[in-house]
Amino acid sequence: MSTPIISFDKVNKWYGNDFHVLRDIDLNVAKGERIVICGPSGSGKSTLIRCINRLEEHQQGRLVVDGIELSDDLKAIDTIRKQVGMVFQQFNLFPHLTVLENLTLSPMWVGKLPKKEAEERAMQQLERVRIAEQALKYPLQLSGGQQQRVAIARALCLTPKIMLFDEPTSALDPEMIKEVLDVMIELAGQGITMLCVTHEMGFAKAVADRVIFMDQGQIVEQNTPEQFFNHPQTDRAQDFLSKILGH
Amino acid sequence: MSVRVFQSLPARPAPVQQGGAIGWIRSNLFADLRTTLSTLIIGGVLLWYLPMLFNWAVLSAYWLPDAQACHPVEVGACWGVVAEKYRLIIFGRYPFEEQWRPLVATLLMMALLIASCSRAFWKPWLVLAWVLVLAAFFWLMLGGFGLSPVETDRWGGLPLTLLLSTLSIAMAFPLALLVALGRRSELPAIRTLCTLYVELIRGVPLISVLFMASFMFPLFMPQGTKIDVLIRVLAGITLFAAAYLAEVIRGGLQAIPKGQVEAAASLGLSYWQTQRKVVLPQALAMVVPGIMNNFIAIFKDTSLVTIVSLYELTGALGLALNSDADWRPYKIEGYVFIALIYFAFCFAMSRYSLWVEAQVNKGKLR
Repeated sequence: MSTPIISFDKVNKWYGNDFHVLRDIDLNVAKGERIVICGPSGSGKSTLIRCINRLEEHQQGRLVVDGIELSDDLKAIDTIRKQVGMVFQQFNLFPHLTVLENLTLSPMWVGKLPKKEAEERAMQQLERVRIAEQALKYPLQLSGGQQQRVAIARALCLTPKIMLFDEPTSALDPEMIKEVLDVMIELAGQGITMLCVTHEMGFAKAVADRVIFMDQGQIVEQNTPEQFFNHPQTDRAQDFLSKILGH
Repeated sequence: MSVRVFQSLPARPAPVQQGGAIGWIRSNLFADLRTTLSTLIIGGVLLWYLPMLFNWAVLSAYWLPDAQACHPVEVGACWGVVAEKYRLIIFGRYPFEEQWRPLVATLLMMALLIASCSRAFWKPWLVLAWVLVLAAFFWLMLGGFGLSPVETDRWGGLPLTLLLSTLSIAMAFPLALLVALGRRSELPAIRTLCTLYVELIRGVPLISVLFMASFMFPLFMPQGTKIDVLIRVLAGITLFAAAYLAEVIRGGLQAIPKGQVEAAASLGLSYWQTQRKVVLPQALAMVVPGIMNNFIAIFKDTSLVTIVSLYELTGALGLALNSDADWRPYKIEGYVFIALIYFAFCFAMSRYSLWVEAQVNKGKLR
């Protein structure tokens, strides 16, 4: 295996003094790999991927992203954030800016692109998520599914090497989940490294190279989707799967 | 098995007429016992009071600037006082022959203030226009370069009110932004400093801040340094207003969801870029009414500078009437006059704030 693009080495994190949210995480992600992370709520899935772009700090261990170790060095964090796009459960679009302005903000201010070029790039990304006709609307004028697609396009505008998805479909009405998953599946086919926290098992089966199951801050099990869904090795994974697939 | 028999309900009476003036009066003023009672009570008070006010202000009023003729008229207003004293009230102790200078300065400033309110003028040259107009204002008021010099302690009336409020608002706002951000800073030293500043200033009345700025502050200055009383007072009002404004703005900052900052961070925006482009536009939009509230309060609080012998509009009124035994009894009329001036400005500000609210809430329309 070539050098991993993300590597966790005995990473530990606590919230406050007593809540041990990440325990001895060891994880290597290869370039272009597509990973789905699942597990019961409170198991540390979101915290794990939020450490990758330093929305959360880890307190012990080493975390290297694209050859740069995450530490208190602000320059390093800035460099990494340009390589890592993130999509949130609650979309987190900027409601006071139009869709187009949401997309050009970072390319213009972080990427220092001229406005025209940033807008061209933004329109390309909006085409990619099939929502270009809404460019001049404000986020709150769109449906949830449309907003999340805009959020994906916004994250793609910095042409990141890695995309993080933090439960991207959990806040959506059922009929809108598919349009977002379709965009994500398309993206997965284009060679970008993806880490996705989700309970959409159909998505995991369709695109994931590896499924990681977490519980109580630990990586309990990791395997290919077929193996994980059909032959879970641990009791906790079996229990979890029976709960989410049981109905 | 029982057989159900359906019976039609009795027809309801036709609705009472809703439209027209009678309909409006019925549904708004006499809808039920409570509204009817309050309509009668309030209407009665108005019917009793308004004619008296109208009689005092118009019917029995004496309009000519003749104090002797006013004396016998006991029940009416004596508006002659305004005609007689308006220049003293509006320009204070400014030398009489030179009063065209504050007039031009005031008109310039007001024209620019009105222009600055309109989006069409939000261009880079507006900054230049402000620099030029302020320079012109000070040149006209202070004199020099061909005009006879006038000391700042002779400035007064409306120009002074306008200058103090415009400058203190213009300086207090950026300061308030920094203090509001500082109170939420992750650096304990900055946070403590900003909190201390806000709490100290809020714990003291404006009058004592002005006293300190005017009388105590010079005691701590090295011998021989003299800072103009106008500047000291301006600094006092600015520091005072900024503390209140900072808390209003902080209220807006608290209301921004954490996800907004996280999204900005994940896009690589720095702290200042995040504040400027993401947090502040939303936070300020949320507290427009509160901010305008403070601006209006600052405008009226400038009347307190009288206690350090700067005679702005309110002070100038006292000055104009106290010095003249003939006209001294007609203070009420004078106060009504300056109340109208204050009201015109404050009402304009409050209407403008509604417009700003509509502008900044565009993105919220679904």
